[in-house]
Formats: sequence, structure tokens, C-alpha cells
Amino acid sequence: MPPAPERPGFLAHREGDLVGVAVRDLGPGPVRGSYLTGEDTISLTLTEPVPLGHKVALTDIAAGQDVIEYGQRVAIASKDIRRGEHVHVHNVRSARL
Amino acid sequence: MTQRTLTGFRRENGTVGIRNHTVILPVDDLSNAAAEAVAKLVPGTLALPHAYGRLQFGADLDLTFRTLAGNAANPNVASAVVIGIEPNWTERLVAGIAKTGKKVQGFAIERHGDLRTIEAAARLAAKFLQEDSERRRVPVERREILLSLKCGESDTTSGLGSCPTTSQAVDRWVDEGGTVLFGETSELTGGEHLIAARCASDAVRQKFQDIYDSYMAMIARAGVDLLGSQPTQGNIRGGLSTIEEKAMGNIAKTGTKPVVGALEAAEPPVSGPGLYFMDTSSAAAECITLMAAAGAVLHLFPTGQGNVIGHPIEPVVKLTANPLTARTMAEHIDLDCSGLLAREYDLAEAGDQLMDICDRTINGRLTCAEVIGHREFALTRLYQSA
Repeated sequence: MPPAPERPGFLAHREGDLVGVAVRDLGPGPVRGSYLTGEDTISLTLTEPVPLGHKVALTDIAAGQDVIEYGQRVAIASKDIRRGEHVHVHNVRSARL
Repeated sequence: MTQRTLTGFRRENGTVGIRNHTVILPVDDLSNAAAEAVAKLVPGTLALPHAYGRLQFGADLDLTFRTLAGNAANPNVASAVVIGIEPNWTERLVAGIAKTGKKVQGFAIERHGDLRTIEAAARLAAKFLQEDSERRRVPVERREILLSLKCGESDTTSGLGSCPTTSQAVDRWVDEGGTVLFGETSELTGGEHLIAARCASDAVRQKFQDIYDSYMAMIARAGVDLLGSQPTQGNIRGGLSTIEEKAMGNIAKTGTKPVVGALEAAEPPVSGPGLYFMDTSSAAAECITLMAAAGAVLHLFPTGQGNVIGHPIEPVVKLTANPLTARTMAEHIDLDCSGLLAREYDLAEAGDQLMDICDRTINGRLTCAEVIGHREFALTRLYQSA
């Protein structure tokens, strides 16, 4: 393995995912993350706090657009979501309901 | 990683176990007292008390018999003493276990009473235990070790860490010609189409879909809306937003291999090696008991918030990527893979660590659950007794 990279603030499951998952409590401001596999890093500016285990938008997501995680649709945006925003039940919904 | 020799107990029918239990099996709730008394008189034997076995009928009775006989027939068991209230059902269970070639004998309590039954059963159990103590481990292949999976008390660290780590072991097991069982019909909801897409043939896909649809119909008949209660408030607090997202975390542990079979509850996987789906409850003890009944001898259990499950017959290896769980519940956690989330190591290395724990457990290392005595044994009921 290459030298240990800095500890990421969030991880995304797959390339192409629109959300990452906070691996510690994150405050507003700049944060770096990476993918579960692979060496690429992602830099973001969070617009609000995102607690451990919660999702953050890696890109702008329009209302009605599929939210991709694990390389799959896991939700549909119920509002316009900006890159760096907290993504949860207040701005996404199940496609099953 | 060093390739180490795997050892196990080769049974009369050629199957391989990693433990060597002498089991005292009650047929019914009435016989628990006698079975537990025998296990107390002959320390080193293992009683399997349970709550049912009277006035059951039809498919529910068949499942109970299949589950009880299957657990006693499991390759982790060397021999079995069966105790029931009356002789007919006792002999039916004995016959089910005897098909494996294992030593087994039944005792009925009626016309003898508990005390005479306990004495006779204890004398035989003592003989069995002593004979079983001379059975020796022999070199075995990984493909002979039937592995099963179920996760519990999941959170987002499960989907990011402990489930992907488990998937590494699953893929490697199948690559070596092994067989792996996963289940949890209810927890696939939202991702069932992904399992259907991985089925190896149309026949398997149809069987899987029939099992899944039948589960959904059962929920509808009960007049409840599980979709409306999923994810749970606890899941939402932890960051899970939808039922689909929850299903992805669950499915993440099943690896990438095709699904070669869809099994009824407690049905052994007999149509060749590979990854099988089994229709099970998502309640941990019920699920593992059904998988042990199908012959699984080693279980992998990824957890987030910290499920403490163990099983009397099938050792349960628990892993977590949640650093708080790993720290506060260390006596329950066989593998702490929280370093994955801090990028201290990568997924392949976490997989290496899990394979190392698996191999040591196969070779006799006691799991955390075995050490602290977690032996949850639970029968799945299909409907109420008469």
C-alpha cells in the first residue's frame, strides 16, 4: 500500500455516486473525502453540519433526479439539493412509497 | 497472506464440521427439563432447549422437524441423544438424524417419567461424549466448509465497512469452490431486483421471486405496511434515508457472485457449490438456526450498533466497522474493521483480516460468542399451534 493518506471526512461507495457518507461528525466548511476503493480524493465545502453516518451531496441534484449510492438509485430528490448539502429524509424520498 | 492448513471433523456422510458437539435434543418444550438435566449430569454435552413442538401441524410442523433434525445432523455435531414426551415424534426425529450416519438414539418420557429417562439418557450421553472425544481433526478444504451470512443492528458503517469486508470473504469462498448461504427475505425489500438480476438461471430467478412475493403477500394479509415503518427511527437517526438504501447495505455483504439457488427455510444446498439465497426471517437467532439446519458450520455476522448473537451449533464470527461499537463492546467483536473507514487499510486487507479470523475459527479458535456463552437457538413458526 502507498503511505497512509490523511483520514477522510467522508467516503463514497463507488465512482459515479452522487452522495458520500460522513465517517465522523462534520461541520460546515472544507472537507476531503475519498472512495471506498481507489485512490481518488474529493474536495467539498459543506454548507451545513453532517453527522457521522449521514450523507453529503457530491454534486448538485435536481428535484426529481435519482440519488445514486452503491452505484444504484437509493432515493429520489424531493427538493433541489446543492453540492455540499446534507442529504436525508428532508430532501429525498423513497421511490417505493 | 500465509496459506494455512484448515482442519475439521469429517463425518460419516463425508460432510465437514469445525466443532465436535455431543447434543442432547428435546423434541418438545415438555422435554427441556430432562434434556437440560442430562447436560448437567454429563458436562461437555450440549442441550438445545426450545419453546415448541406440541400440537403443531402441516408445513409449520414440517419446518420444526426439519430445523431440529437439521441442527442435530449438522456436521458440527458428533452424536445426538433425543428426548421427547412420547415415542412417535421422538423416533421421527431420530430417523431424520440417523440418515447422516451419525450415532443417535431416542428416549420417550411417557411410561418412564423424567427421572428414569434422565438416567438412561445420561448413561448413553456419557458413552457418546467419551467416544466423540477421540474423534480427531483432519486436513480439510475450504470448499467443504459451508458458510452462512446475516447482518444485524445495522447502521451506515455496516454498508461502508463490515458488509463489504464480509463480501470479500464470500467472493473468495466461492472462488475456492465453496458454498455460502444468505437470507433475510424481508431485508432485501428495495433491492430485491438486484438479487433477481444476479440469479444464475430463469428457474432460480422464478423461485426467488416466488419466495419474495409470497413474503410480501404474507405481510399484506397481516394488514400491516412494513414499507411505511422502514427505515426505522433508529436507522434514520443513524443516517439511512430510505428502504432502498437500507437494502443496499444488506446486499453489500453478499459479494458479486451469481445466485445459484433459492432455498426454502432450512433446506440444504445440494445442487452444487456457489452462493445460495434461503428464505429466512431477518431475526438473528431464527435465521442462523435455519442456516445451521441446512448444514452451515460457520457464520459471518457484520454488525453496526452491536448485536450480541451467538449460536450453540454454528459458531458466529462478528465484525464491525463502527469504532464506538468496537471499543464499548469489545468482548462481542471478533474483528474490528473500523480502520477501513479511516483508510488505515483497504478493503482487500480487511478481507485478509477476516479470512484470517475465519481460518483460525475453523481450526478451533473460540469465537467471542462461544467464549461468553451466547447460544441463541430459535425455531421459526409459520402459524399458531392447534
